[in-house]
Amino acid sequence: MKDEVFTFLARLLREQSGLALPRDKEYLLESRLAPVARRHGHVDIDAMYLAIRNGQNRAIERDIVEAMTTNESFFFRDAATFETFRKAVLPTLLGARAHTKTLRVWFAACSSGQEPYSVAMIFEEERARLGGWTVDMVATDISNEMIQRSRDGLYSHFEAQRGLPIQMLAKYFDKEDQGWRVKGFLRERIKFRPFNLLDSHVSLGAFDIIFCRNVLIYFDLATKREILDRMSRQMARDGVLFLGGAETVIGVSDKFLPHPGHAGIFVPAQPVALDRAVGQ
Amino acid sequence: MKKTWLIVDDSRVIRGIARGILHDLGFETDEAEDGKQALAACVKHMPDAVLLDWNMPVMNGIEFLRELRTMPNGTSPKVFFCTTENDMSHITEALESGADEFIMKPFDAEILTSKLALQGLA
Repeated sequence: MKDEVFTFLARLLREQSGLALPRDKEYLLESRLAPVARRHGHVDIDAMYLAIRNGQNRAIERDIVEAMTTNESFFFRDAATFETFRKAVLPTLLGARAHTKTLRVWFAACSSGQEPYSVAMIFEEERARLGGWTVDMVATDISNEMIQRSRDGLYSHFEAQRGLPIQMLAKYFDKEDQGWRVKGFLRERIKFRPFNLLDSHVSLGAFDIIFCRNVLIYFDLATKREILDRMSRQMARDGVLFLGGAETVIGVSDKFLPHPGHAGIFVPAQPVALDRAVGQ
Repeated sequence: MKKTWLIVDDSRVIRGIARGILHDLGFETDEAEDGKQALAACVKHMPDAVLLDWNMPVMNGIEFLRELRTMPNGTSPKVFFCTTENDMSHITEALESGADEFIMKPFDAEILTSKLALQGLA
């Protein structure tokens, strides 16, 4: 790929999504954008670049951003995280919110929906403890295509088997000709909407739990810090932030602290919040 | 000591694919072509887990599973059905008969690995 093409695409992605793309990830551009080029009638990425370099084709730009920001996802990815959510985080927050009986959860980059549906299944499994509660789940992604896929809740034979216990498949999915679809009552519990993490988070409201797993790794340090700062302003004082198991806030943001003993789980940087968030 | 899988399938090709994946994951394997052979293998040595086809000659997967669960130590192996019979009624019947997991063919190493993790075998 020519330098000028790489530079143009890297700048476009950074400006529109915050994605930081080092030169050694050129193969990702090649593999993900070649289909975009063909879909828009260009023989290759270089030809597509000539058509968009003057900034006059928003549709192609949007498709480029979508193609590069789509991450593979599967149900109950990193099973230990969901165990911690169910056995430690949820009971503590249910205790702390007993007076309001309201929980708000944000899935900040929901991709094709497996993560929010995994949590929705956990809430359903815990429904005996949630009588009279309002659980508000908001799932966002920068990609319109992924939001539509999430709303559809339809997964291929292969997707439906990755990480999903068969008992959950039997309880929460219907078989259709094209694959397995999440049952309607579960789909209706999640509000899916397109959202760019670089935009203001204020319109989303405040949350008790935020899932933002394996997303920040794609951003440069300043962007990570900015996103975490914005999330901290939308989070309850005793809220809980889930990042990927290999991700951390250390050296990135002073607004969150790691929770000892739980990789990938963080709490607002206030002693009171730490004690109340995930009780030992 | 390595855990042992019993692969029960009348297709030599499927047994070969499953054997390759399981060996790569560090397991030992034994094989049977039908439910009756599988029961004999379990009498000889109870495996840690069974990968079980549904439709087989002589004795099918469900008949084998029900027999297995009545044997001494027969409740200990994790049983993974692995079949093209993947409608909801088959899944329900498998679970009610004592299966721990259900893999719909075709499958790949990633699916099998994720199912093993769910059962604490990975």
